[in-house]
This record gives sequence, structure tokens and C-alpha cells, in this order.
Amino acid sequence: MKKSNLTLGTSVAAIALAAASLTPTASAFADELVIESWRTDDLDIWESQIIPAFNKSHPDIKVRFAPSPPTEYNANMNAKLTAGTAGDLITCKPFDASLDLYNKGHLTKVDDIPGMENFSGVAKSAWQTDDGSTTFCLPMASVIHGFIYNKEAFKELGLEIPKTIPEFMATLEKIKEDGTYIPMSMGTSDQWEAATMGFQNVGPNFWAGEKGRKGLIDGTEKLTDPQYVKVYEHLAEWGPYLGKGYKGQSYPDSQNLFSLGRAAIYPAGSWDISTFNGQADFEFGAFPPPVPAGQDTCYISDHTDIGLGINAASKNVKAAETFLSWMASAEAGSIFSNALPGFYALSKHELTISDPVAQEFVSWRGKCESSIRNSYQILSRGTPNLENDLWNTSVGVINGSMTAEEAAKKAQDGLASWYKPQQ
Amino acid sequence: MALKNQRGSFFRTHILVFLLPAALIYTLFMIIPLIDTVRYSFYDETAEGITSFVGWDNYILILTDERWWTDFSNALENNFIFFVIHMFVQNPIGLLLAALLSLPRLKMANSYRTLIFMPTMLSVVIIGFIWKLILSPLWGVGDTLVGFVGMTDGLPALLGEESTALITLSFISVWQFVGIPMMLIYAALLNVPDDLVDAAIVDGANQWTAFWRIKLPLILPTIAMVSVLTFVANFNAFDLIYAVKGALAGPNFETDIMGTMFYRTFFGYQLQPGSATLGATVASLMFLVILCGVMLYLFVIQRRLQRYQL
Repeated sequence: MKKSNLTLGTSVAAIALAAASLTPTASAFADELVIESWRTDDLDIWESQIIPAFNKSHPDIKVRFAPSPPTEYNANMNAKLTAGTAGDLITCKPFDASLDLYNKGHLTKVDDIPGMENFSGVAKSAWQTDDGSTTFCLPMASVIHGFIYNKEAFKELGLEIPKTIPEFMATLEKIKEDGTYIPMSMGTSDQWEAATMGFQNVGPNFWAGEKGRKGLIDGTEKLTDPQYVKVYEHLAEWGPYLGKGYKGQSYPDSQNLFSLGRAAIYPAGSWDISTFNGQADFEFGAFPPPVPAGQDTCYISDHTDIGLGINAASKNVKAAETFLSWMASAEAGSIFSNALPGFYALSKHELTISDPVAQEFVSWRGKCESSIRNSYQILSRGTPNLENDLWNTSVGVINGSMTAEEAAKKAQDGLASWYKPQQ
Repeated sequence: MALKNQRGSFFRTHILVFLLPAALIYTLFMIIPLIDTVRYSFYDETAEGITSFVGWDNYILILTDERWWTDFSNALENNFIFFVIHMFVQNPIGLLLAALLSLPRLKMANSYRTLIFMPTMLSVVIIGFIWKLILSPLWGVGDTLVGFVGMTDGLPALLGEESTALITLSFISVWQFVGIPMMLIYAALLNVPDDLVDAAIVDGANQWTAFWRIKLPLILPTIAMVSVLTFVANFNAFDLIYAVKGALAGPNFETDIMGTMFYRTFFGYQLQPGSATLGATVASLMFLVILCGVMLYLFVIQRRLQRYQL
């Protein structure tokens, strides 16, 4: 009897504790800005670097970073915003998820906030209405695609950084002939890897970045046009240079193959830098996606990933606008980009980053034209979904189960089946 | 009996009271959602959340639109292969294991039983992860193992090739769930009275004949039940494919089954928005397929089964 009483007491205490920890603390101060985010990993950086830097110039505004789990973020935000319990600043996912919040009246227009003039049209496109007239989130960070290579392996084999696609293929061939290293570490098992690190990485050089991306949206270009078929043809050449069993290789496998020093080249997103910094014990560098022979202009995928908007129901709109305006400054951009190597502030200010590889990635912004992934804006609203089709077809051509023409036709037919300007 | 005669009405209330909780829970969580799913499949939903009645349009779309039909028929076909492999590999192995376990002189039968049943109790996510590692062409033990039998090229990427992915996944699932038919059949075998087998052996039969002539006919109803359970479970399957290959069920939808197709349609995937109404249509079609299979069993097979009073 005594024992059961004890258990009962303990569980009551436990429930009380749990209830106490669930009580909302977000609404505590009227003059406190609460930032909602899915970037739980960044909590420390916000608390120790970004917020203190902000408070140096604005000591009167208290800011608190309150992240929630990434997988539940969209649903969580919808519920909180509808119920009126959301924080003052909302971290914005790119494109439709945030556009939806704006259309429902949860986000304010941010065009007139001082500092917005520091962002290019490409940077803002992820958080604009379809006609581009209104921007509702401040572009905060992007990720850049390119290739990371093992510097020691390149030195050992006497290789130069390839600038054009023929040079790139010749480099792969040399590494393969030598046999010490797997030429390139990428797998097709997870599918997105082939599309994101392959198709969207090298593609902008073929379809001329923004020109091609906009052309697809307004219907003047088709995925069956030569510039897109050529991307697939180029990807199809990759197959023989990927490691044995690449069809069963997943994304973490690819990362490990490279960071263990077994592969020479890794098609990368800049977010991989921090992973490799922690794991690879050799020196690595980066080069931008090689251009087709004879092409002078280079294009990179500088994909908008994180934005920051203001909750329309916030009681501290003025303070929130001050914060946004500060986030648009060169100082904030530099702090943010240095704290998270591989995530780059999107403002036009010159960024200096201490991490050499991250600096190399961002330096391409000056040499090349920036664009974003072509399937993200508008074109993935219907079924069949263009993004999913790009995954499927990129894997198809690399695995050799589809020809470039078949892949292009499949993607185009899928898009044309529901997207009016393509019909 | 006496109780019923004296206070018949009281006894009937009793039955109701005992049935009520189960009936209530079953209605609330199974029957109503099922009916509502079917109802929902006749509606269409716009982006603004307005629903309107569209009759058979969703069904016509899925069954006649070239892309939808390609996806749907592909999922149905893959699901059928998935089921056939379970039916003709998992269940015979289950039967064999049960028969071996029920041999009178087998030592350590309990240990075997527990070991074989163990994978069934593990989470599918763990099973998927372990097998992905074992079969990994990069770090897996597969290469070493096939090296012993002279395959020097190493193991091909079984889960990555279009021709082998579905079959490999089916066998992983068979490996995991073989314990269930084994347990059910084993329980049925234990119910067969020893006298019958003893008598047969006295009459000159060996264990082999005794099994085929006496035990098997007696446990046929259990085997039939196991088959129908396999059918229902396989056409509802989703988790293993999702854990290993994701909702896009690659390569090139070669491992796509009804469950993963439903998931993609209903919840959406990556940038693809979900559609609750079309998802409901896919779910209703899944229900229809399962219903047809179960009806076939009930009206064609179960009626012909002979049951023996033991």
C-alpha cells in the first residue's frame, strides 16, 4: 500500500512538473522580441553571437530565439499563427509555405524597411508574391552549390582544377585511370542527391541561370529544349566515375566516402563544409561548377533557404522592423555567415568569411551570375511535381536506365500536364 | 442455461454491456473513419480549403489519366509481387519451421522459437537500417560473404538496382515477419492430439506421413487464416519501403506499393503539395482491393474447408 502511494505521489509530481514546463513563457514581456525558427542547431550561435551584437547598438530591445523541431515547423507555425500565440519574428521557409502564410494575412509586407535595398531580386524571389510586387520576408541565408575536392589527392596525381566540362571529364578520367581514389563521391539511392547535387548544381551553366529559370516559368523555354537535354547528357557521363555500388549509396555514405579520403571530388552544397571541417583530416578546397567548352559566363546555384518575416499580429512591430533592418546590415551578415560556414547572408555587401572553403564558395558570387533551383518557384505546385520528377529523371540518366531525351520528355510532359504556360 | 431460462432479458443486456466497449471503440476509430474516407473520395478541395462534391471524378482521374494510371497500376503490380513473395516464401517457411519446432524430440525448441520470432518484434526502422547496412555496397558485409562463394566482383547494389530492389525488400520483410505464421501454425500444431499421431505411428506411418496425412489437414483452417492475414497486411504495407527507400520509392518507382503511393498523394512529398481528397480516393481503392481479396477467400475458400472436431 505504501509503495503504491509513493508511486502515485511521484507521478503526480511528474505531471505537475511537466505541466509547469508546458506553460507558455513566450508572452512574458511586451518589449521582448521572440524569434520562431526551425534551426534548433543555431540556438547557441544566436544566443552567444547574433543577439549580443544586436544589443550593442540596440540595448533597449530584448530578443529571444525560440526554435521548434524542423519536421513540425510548418504545421506548428500554422497552428500558432492562427491561434495568435506565435512569436514576433517568423523564420520563413522559401516559396510556397511562406507565401501561404502571407496570403492568409499572417506576415506583413517588408518592402519599405530600411535595408531591403541591399538585396537583389534573386535573393528576394523566394519570399515574394508571384508577380514580384510584394516581399514579405527578409532574405537571411542561402546555400551555394559547387564541387569540393581533396587537395592532397589532386596534388598527388598532379591535377589542375577543371574550368570547363571537357577538362572536368578529363580530370575524372585521370583519377579513374590512376585507381587510388574513387573519382567522384555521389550516390543515387536517396534520389534528391542526384537532382540537387547533380542537376541543380551543374544545370545553371547550361540554361543561363535566371534566364532559363524564368523562361520555364513564363513558358518560353521547355525542358525538352537542347540546353536541358544537355544537362541530362552531362549527368549521364557521371555514372562510370562514381564509386562501385553508387546505386545503393546514400547521402551519408557519399559524405563519409569523401571525408575518409577515399574519393577525390564531391559534388557539394555549401552546408557540407561544416561536416567536412569536423571529419576530414586532409585539406580540401572547392571549385565552381565547370562551364561548357567555350562559354565565358559562369552561373551558380545560390539557393535562397532561410528568411525572416514579421508576424502581422505582433504587438512589437516597430521593434521587429528595427531588428530586421539591423539583420540587413553588413555587420549582421558577416556575423551570421561566419558563425555558420556554408550559410551565406544574402545582402549585396562584400562578405569576408574566415573559413577558407566557405570564402571560396562565396567568392563565386562576384565572378558568376547567381540563380536558384529552377523547380522551387511556382513549378512544383501541381501533380506530378516537377521537383519529384527531377529527382526521378536525374537518377534515371545517371543509372543509365533512361536516355537524356527520355528524361527531358518525362519532366516536360509532367510539367505540361498541369502548368498552363507550358501547354 | 438455467440462468437464461429464468431471467432471459437480463442475460441479453449482459451481452450488450460486454459488446458495447469494443463496438464503440471499433465504430469510433475504424468504421466511421473508413466511411468518411470513402465519402471524402467523392469530393474535391481547392487551395483555399473549399470542398465541393465531384462524384466519380477522382476515381475516373486515377483510373483513366495516363500518369495516374501508370503510377497506380505500377503500385498495384509491385504490391502483388510483394504479396506473392510473402505468400509463397514466408508462409511455407513458417509452416516448415512450425513443423520442425513441434517435432517431439527437438532440443532447445523454445530458444529457436524465440530467436526466429525476435525480428518480428523489432521496429521496422531498425530492420530497414540494419539491412541497408548489411547490403551496402560500400561498407556492408555482403561483399565478404559472396567472396566465399567465388563472386569476386562483390555484391551488386541489391537495393539500388531497378531489377532487384523490390524482391530484396520483399525478402527482408519475409525475414522479419516469418515468425508470425510460424507462431500461429505452431499453436495449431500443438492442438493436434498426440494420440492421433501415436496411433498413426503404431499403424506404421513415419513422422513425415503423419505430418502430411494427419497434422496438415487438421491445421488447414489456420493456414487459410494466415494466408488471408498475409494478404491484408501486404496490401496495407508501407513502413519498410518508406524506411528504406523513402516515399518516392526509388529507383524509378520500382518499389512503389499502394501504401507509399497513398502517402505521397495524401501528405505530399518534399515540394509536392498533398491532396486529401485524391489521397482518400487511393485509400478507398486500396480498401476495395483488400475487400475483393477477402471476399474471394470467404466465399470461395473458407466454405470448402473441412473442419474437424478434435
